[in-house]
Parts: sequence; structure tokens; C-alpha cells
Amino acid sequence: MSQIPQDPALFRGMTQRRLGRRSMLKASAAGAAVMGLAACGVKGKAKAPATQAPDQVAAFWKDKSQHGHVNFANWPLYMDPKKPELAQFTKDTGTTVTYSEVINDLPTFFAKIQPQLSAHQSIGYDIMVITNGQQFKDCVDLGFLAPLDHSKMPNYTANVAPKYTKEAYDPGNVYSVPWASGITGIGYNPKYVTTAPTSIKDLADPKYKGKVGMFSDTEEIGVFALLVVGANPETSTPADWQRAADWLKAQRDAGIVRKYYDQDYASALANGDIWLCMAWSGDIFQENLSTPGANLKFQIPSEGGTLWTDNFTIPITADNPVDAMNLINFFYQPAIQASLTEYINYITPVPAAQAIIQSDAQKATNPDDKATLEALATSNLVFPQPADYANLHYYRTFANTTERQQYNDIFDPIVTS
Amino acid sequence: MTTVDEATAPALDAPGREPGGRWRRFRSRLTPYVVIFPGGLWLVIFFLLPMIFMLSLSTQQGSVVDGYSQVWDFGTYSRAFSNYHDQLIRSLEYGLISTVLQIVIAYPIAYWLAFRAGTRKSLYLFLLLLPFFVSFVLRTQSWNFMLADNGFILSWLKSPSIFGWHLPFHLGQSFHVLATTPAVIGGLTYNYLPFMILPIYVALERVDPRLIEASYDLYATKFRAFRKVIFPLSLPGVFAGVVITFVPVSSDYVNAHILGGTNNSMIGNVIQNQYLIVQNYPTASALSFILMAVLLIGVFAYARALGTEEVLEVAAR
Repeated sequence: MSQIPQDPALFRGMTQRRLGRRSMLKASAAGAAVMGLAACGVKGKAKAPATQAPDQVAAFWKDKSQHGHVNFANWPLYMDPKKPELAQFTKDTGTTVTYSEVINDLPTFFAKIQPQLSAHQSIGYDIMVITNGQQFKDCVDLGFLAPLDHSKMPNYTANVAPKYTKEAYDPGNVYSVPWASGITGIGYNPKYVTTAPTSIKDLADPKYKGKVGMFSDTEEIGVFALLVVGANPETSTPADWQRAADWLKAQRDAGIVRKYYDQDYASALANGDIWLCMAWSGDIFQENLSTPGANLKFQIPSEGGTLWTDNFTIPITADNPVDAMNLINFFYQPAIQASLTEYINYITPVPAAQAIIQSDAQKATNPDDKATLEALATSNLVFPQPADYANLHYYRTFANTTERQQYNDIFDPIVTS
Repeated sequence: MTTVDEATAPALDAPGREPGGRWRRFRSRLTPYVVIFPGGLWLVIFFLLPMIFMLSLSTQQGSVVDGYSQVWDFGTYSRAFSNYHDQLIRSLEYGLISTVLQIVIAYPIAYWLAFRAGTRKSLYLFLLLLPFFVSFVLRTQSWNFMLADNGFILSWLKSPSIFGWHLPFHLGQSFHVLATTPAVIGGLTYNYLPFMILPIYVALERVDPRLIEASYDLYATKFRAFRKVIFPLSLPGVFAGVVITFVPVSSDYVNAHILGGTNNSMIGNVIQNQYLIVQNYPTASALSFILMAVLLIGVFAYARALGTEEVLEVAAR
């Protein structure tokens, strides 16, 4: 395991990012989140000290039992289509899994589950993968998530990178444990962009007029614009937002931005419609694999990039929560993480997976596979070093809906221009 | 349907029944109401109720998380308008330009179909509609492939030579059609064209040939016959076409999303974004009502200007 910094895994980014990754993160520092569980309070904002609340955990889990089946809701293209890991799980435990790729974008998914969860009804899924964005916070605040029973996931305790136990959106992993993380940076097509972009400012270079793509997601684009105007996204103020929005407006009105994209940017980048753009790390790797001749590059800008994490969560009304815990525990084995990472190319929360990928690379007989695996095991985008993390930021989190609305009112008119 | 049958049957049978009864008169007076009942119920459930709900939502405050409460905040309207008036005005501009383009393109086609297509008329009409059996989004997306910056159309126009011939003129590498205003207006015009052609065609088709013959008998030239007889008689078709296309074109969001770039968003995109992404339901509702008001005013002003009193009647023709 070569050098495993304190947080090992890095990821690559998810495959298809969807429309809206609203973020959240970084809940208001310390006292944040937590325990809104019970019921479906609309008043919300339950707060309690972050880390575990043992009686809540005990209260939720005391009458739950294993049923031998689990329903898993995930994003598309987030697992090998042959599902080798799930087959292994069924073989190991006898528990069957129904895997549904139903989450295409979080706002829509949230809108769909919210009425049922508010009514305390089952949504038909025992596990759902939620990004550390606004919807995650909403789910926590509304008490939609079951507190995880850490005693049921020894693999997690043993293998998770310490970094992931301290994330501000869910300190102590009370409601969530990571599935995979990804980085938002700059993607470019070296066929047209001869000098590698190093700064977010390159996205406003007049020589790329009409050939730059930006994300339409206000949380994503907000972070980049805040970084370029020198603000820290996580602690930014409304005045910073305004400055950031002015930068974006100038960039747009100079005709540099071709379009604000949600998901369809990778193919536009490959076919030359755009030359450089905001991009998710894993999309770029995947586009290179799926489009013959594509040789797209990905760069984390000097001002910093955005780190996001997609998380396993268990809805409070899950029918099979014990089976769900078992599946989560299963996914925290290094060998399983390695197998998953080799397919999805995003950052794994289990650092030990790196050594396994390296040994897989040595064992590979096909030179192409070998090269791919070696590149994967040494990629800073999949296994970021501590210095890389220092340069990665989170989405802005909002203390209340007024603040959130204020943010959206500033950035939304930019992207729906 | 059964409601209608039961209701109309007695009215039709009426002559065979005993004359007189109050019940019979009452029933026949009731008949029209019974007949329109299903349609009315439909409108109430699927139009009126949602409208009232949205109207109420537009003055509420709150969020999905905190819940919404009715505070009669009409400020949402002014905030929504001041944030998004550019997109609103742009939508009307695009709608107007696209509608005018459609008239210019559709009229000759409709004229040819009505007067020159001969016995194959129905075949041509079918061919005209054929592309519209394919999904709207798919058709629009296919323009994306065709007009891509290095797609098969632009890559030819950008290359300095074709098959060894040196071209006197070629386009620059960064020239693009997609993500521009003409692309969006072109998409809108293309997608709604049949809805302009068909009403004009129907109006022209109905022109009595004897009127045209009469104008020739009175020594009108072909052009004059067109100007004085055919064109005025086809105007109701043009009017109907404008109403049917201008309204959906102005509120369309698919074309701007797929073919447009920055500064091309229409009000439909804003509303969609506010509902589904930002989840700011009050703003989305307020914008929907502003759009509706503007379109209604626009259509009635248009009818006025054209001197048409009975707008809807003409449109329905």
C-alpha cells in the first residue's frame, strides 16, 4: 500500500453526474446536523450534537430484523453493469439485492420521495445514495434518514479513511457513509487547447470565446466563481456571492461561455463543440473509454477544485434496514472497493483498495488492462494525496432557507440567462 | 360518454312522447348542461383547480423543508419580474420572430397544397406531417448532431477544399450555429411549422373557386385576384395559425435548452428551473401567471389590431 496518506482514497468522479448536485456540506460548523430523526417534522432543523446519539440508534434498531433481501437505489453507471459485487454479496450472505438506477438528479429524486417519507411511508428502497448536497441536508433536517448502527459495520470501522469520519456534512457518520467521491475541475480537449489550463481564469480567456462550457448547477458554478474571486466558498458571504456572480456575468456577456451544461457536456467536449469546461473527474475518464479517439484531459485548477461525496443512506422507513447495513458493511471490504473502483474510477473511501488495484495491475496479462490499472492506482484523481485535498473545497452550506434562497437568487439568473 | 348518450337520447325521442309534461321541458332545458358536464368537469379538475392552487402558491412563502405558508406575499411577482424580465421579453421576441418566419414559410406551402397539389394532395399532407410522428425532443436533438461545430454540415463549410477543389471561401474554425439565437429561433420555427401550415391550408381550401373566377371575369390580374380575393379570405387561417403557434412557441423551453447557449434562455426554461431544480415554487408559479397574463394580453391586442371581434370563434375555425 504504498503511501497511504491519511485519507487514502480518492476517487474519480462519478460517472454521470446528474443535474443537480446541490450541495450542502459543511454544515454549520460544529453543532450541526443530527438527529432529526423521529418522525417527519416539517418544522425541521432538528439539532443535536453531532456524533452518535446512542439512544436514538438503539431505539431505531431494537426491533429490526434480517429479511434476506435489500432494495438499493443508486445513480446510473455507478457499478459494473454485470454487478459482480452484488453477486458476491448474495453468494456470501444469501441476501438478494434489487438494484435500481433510479437517481438521475437529486432535486427530482428528493421531490419524489419527500411526500412518502413525510407521511412516514416506505419508499421501496432500503439504501439510497445521496450526494452531500442540499438534499442530503434536507433529508437530515426532515428526519428522513435512519441513524446507522456502527456495531453492524465492522468493515467500515476497520477500513474507512479517517477523513471521511469527520466530514462537516455528517460528522461521525451518523446518517451516512461514503459510497464514492469525485472532484469538479476543468476538463479540456487537447486537440484544440494546446496549453493546458491551470487556472479557473482560463475558463474566461477570450481566445476560447464561445468554446467554454460551465455547469448550470448553482452550487457547482458558485464554488468555482467564489474561488476565482478569492473567496473561500464554505465561509463566503452574500457580498462574495455577488462578486462571484459579477465575474460569471462578465464571462458570459463577453460571449466566452457557450452554454451552461447539466450532464451532456462530456460528449460536447469530445466532439469539439466545446474545448474546455467545468467537469467531473470520472466523466472524463469514462468519455475517453467510451468514445474511440477521445483523449480528454482533466485538471484541478490552481485556485482549487470541488470535492463531493455520494453517500450510502438508509431511509427511516426502510423495510429491510438490517440487510441494508449488511450490504454497506460488505462494500467496505478492500477487495470489493477495489473491484468497484476499477470500474467507476471515482475516489474510494477505503485506502486499502489501492494496494489491491496495484496487485491486480501486476497480475494483469493484457497490456492495455495493465496500463489502465496502473494509471488508476497511481492517479491523483482516484487516490488524492493530502496536498490535493488541501486544494479541494466543498459546496456552500446554508444555515436556513432564506440564505439558500438568497444564494439561488444571485446565481440562478446567471445560469438561466 | 354514457352521460352524453342518456342525456341526448330523450331530447331526440321527445317528439314521440306525450307532449307537454313539465318534466320533459325541464329535462330538455337541462340537456345542454348535462352534455357539457364531462367537458366542464375536465376543465375544473385539470385546469381550474390547479390554477387556483398555483395562484395560491404564488403568494406563499417557505421552502420544501420548512413547509409553505400563505402570507399573501405579492412581492414575489415583482421580484420574479425584475430577476427574469430579460427572459420574458426574449421569449416574446423569439415567439414573434418565429411566428413571422412561420407565416412567410407556411403561406406558400399552404397555397401550393390548396391550389396546385392536384390529386396527390393527401400524400403531400401526409409527408408534411411525417416527421412529426417522431418525438419532439428527438427531432430537436437531431439538429444538434447535424449542426455540431465539427458535424457533417459545418465541417464541410469549414474545410478549405472539398475533393481537391480549392474553395474561394470557408468558415473559421470557431464558427458555430448551435448555442446561438438563430439556432433557437430556427428550432422553434421548424418544430411548430405544421401548426401554421394546416390552418392556412384549410382556409385557402375553403375559398370558393367561383369567387376567383369572378375576379378574373372582372379583369383582375392573377396578382390582384390574390391580393383582393384569396388573401383576405385566408386571413382567418393565418390568425388561427398565429394563435396556435405564438403561444406555445413563446413558452417553449426544449429548443432553448437543446439548441441554445448563454443569453438564449426563454421564460419556459426559467419556470422549469425554478420548479424542478431550485424548487422555489412561489417564484415558479408567479412567473407562470405573469407569462399567462402577457400572452393573453398579447393575443387579445392582436385580435383587436386585426379588427377581429370574436377572437376565439375565429381561432376555433
